[in-house]
Amino acid sequence: MSEGAVIDRIVGRGVPVRGNDIDTDRIIPARYLREITFEGLGPHAFEDDRRALNGAHPLDDPRFADAGVMVVNKNFGCGSSREHAPQALLRRGIRAIVGESFAEIFFGNCVAIGLPCLTTTPEHADALQALLEEAPDTDLTVDVEAERVVTDHGDYPAAVPASAKASFLTGRWDALGQLLENTDEVRATSARLPYLTGFGGESS
Amino acid sequence: MANTLLDTVWDLHTVRRLPNGETQLFIGLHLVHEVTSPQAFQMLAERGLRVRYPERTFATVDHIIPTDQQQRPYADGMAEQMFAAIEENVRANDLPFFDRSTGRQGIVHVIGPELGLTQPGMTIACGDSHTSTHGAFGAVAFGIGTSQVRDVLATQCMSVAKPKLRRIEVNGRLSAGVFAKDVILHIIGSLGVQGGVGYAYEYGGTVLDAMSMDERMTICNMSIEGGARVGYVNPDATTEAYIEGREYAPAADDFQRAAAWWRSLASGPGASYDDVVVMDGADIAPMVTWGINPGQVTGVDDVVPSPEALDGPDRAASEEALEHMSLEPGRAIAGIPIDVAFVGSCTNARLSDLHEAARVARGGRVADGVKALVVPGSQRIRAEAEAAGLHEIFREAGFEWREAGCSMCLAMNPDKLQGDQICASSSNRNFKGRQGSPTGRTLLMSPAMVAAAALAGEVADVRQMVAS
Ligand code: SF4
Repeated sequence: MSEGAVIDRIVGRGVPVRGNDIDTDRIIPARYLREITFEGLGPHAFEDDRRALNGAHPLDDPRFADAGVMVVNKNFGCGSSREHAPQALLRRGIRAIVGESFAEIFFGNCVAIGLPCLTTTPEHADALQALLEEAPDTDLTVDVEAERVVTDHGDYPAAVPASAKASFLTGRWDALGQLLENTDEVRATSARLPYLTGFGGESS
Repeated sequence: MANTLLDTVWDLHTVRRLPNGETQLFIGLHLVHEVTSPQAFQMLAERGLRVRYPERTFATVDHIIPTDQQQRPYADGMAEQMFAAIEENVRANDLPFFDRSTGRQGIVHVIGPELGLTQPGMTIACGDSHTSTHGAFGAVAFGIGTSQVRDVLATQCMSVAKPKLRRIEVNGRLSAGVFAKDVILHIIGSLGVQGGVGYAYEYGGTVLDAMSMDERMTICNMSIEGGARVGYVNPDATTEAYIEGREYAPAADDFQRAAAWWRSLASGPGASYDDVVVMDGADIAPMVTWGINPGQVTGVDDVVPSPEALDGPDRAASEEALEHMSLEPGRAIAGIPIDVAFVGSCTNARLSDLHEAARVARGGRVADGVKALVVPGSQRIRAEAEAAGLHEIFREAGFEWREAGCSMCLAMNPDKLQGDQICASSSNRNFKGRQGSPTGRTLLMSPAMVAAAALAGEVADVRQMVAS
């Protein structure tokens, strides 16, 4: 089957985006859901937060301009299921997110587009953010396979759930190929569903 | 050991275990709306695929549709383009489409149940996080992103990990003036906005048993606000009575067999859960949010909490919330002045919600300077409300009476907050910017409380208004 690329490690600069419960309305405001493609979303990531902070948002900080790794805190990506949120981050050049925890739909959307989210402890998230704030030119290696974030200044454990890890390491993070593989089994499953077969009545 | 409904429905719909350990799950019902589908249809076309089970896929328009002026073409060029896209996609794939001309258009989570499409024992998916609403019927219903919408369109399956299960039991009785909305806000306030991550929530107990389907939908709707992607209530006689006779309900000949199967799905008394939480309905007051997530909530007779009582990140989060809300710790929740009152959304725009709001609004007058609107969840609810004369009650009291849609729940159509307006809202999210203005402020509450706030011009305890 045609699949995506193997994603085993991401190397790049980082950007700290602090705060718990950052919801997807904040990552991409709803007005950008009015587009019928994802293409132009990148520049609008965190637009309202950035506007409110008047240039003081980390995404506007030139020191973090080419960051590929975002470091966040707890329950990142909660709220709306909009895939526009990870799409906007991806299109801004974010290739991995490291944080304390992620909302479930957001996490799944990220897997589906090849954007690994790694979970670390509050202490390590804070230490990484502080490190980036101090030394923005630090290179990070996000090692999906070893489940670590490696820097010259330290090395941090960062977990990936087994299923997501397997998907990234085999390049099968886009599920569609596998879901298309077994039409007979799908048909067999639908054939045993009472609500698709007249609830076992004679008419079916 | 008895199975839970989640176990039974999951096993029944499992096609296979995928190499990464997730389940390939068959989706019995796929609901589609205009906002999260165009990219999915595009991806499908790029791969040369078509919708695999068009007869299990149903579309409507809700998010972007204006609720005041609905003449086509819309003044808003982007809305017009989005409509053209869904019209073309349903046509090209032969999908049933409930647009305005059908009289069955409405918020996707309102019309699924209303048409009888939503039934116990189904797996349901929709590109919208409030798909959990359908769990009120004992379905396992997921909100999904656009790539998964593509997957379900193309294969009628999705790749998903089975969640753990937490039973949340609310026993006892609710006081007058306390509604399903208050129950779910209380639950989210107690367990936190990420307490449900990795879990499905099974709601039960005597309070849930006594609830109507409308009320159960309000509860399940906001599961996702508590972090749980799936929430459900076991099917019972209330569920059956609601479904019977609806357009897509099982035919009369099949209904008894269907109902027997539905009843057999309910989690047994001996079922085991990963966690159980028990609450007392008598402890729940009318709830109002004071912050920027739905877990930042307290009773209307309480005060804005002080961040000093919290520590670490929770403290920082509540300081940020209070700054955005311009609320002082220690101030009473009742009496917070409002600019806008919104009765609507997939949480609380069903007929019974409108009845409760109308009961408060009847004979009253919206306070000077307050913009108040009532937006029914579907065309059918709108018609039923008008047949009951509710629109007259609202209009006489000074509320705008709108067409069906998502309206001010999110900022995708002309209904938006301006500047730092404060809105008493029956919707489900009080995130910064959610209602269309980056500095706008949202207070979530029940529809009756919204109506009470509209009349008072400030947050008011509905228990006092209906008692007097
Ligand atoms: S009413 Fe609000 S929460 Fe519900 S589907 Fe519409 S936008 Fe989403």
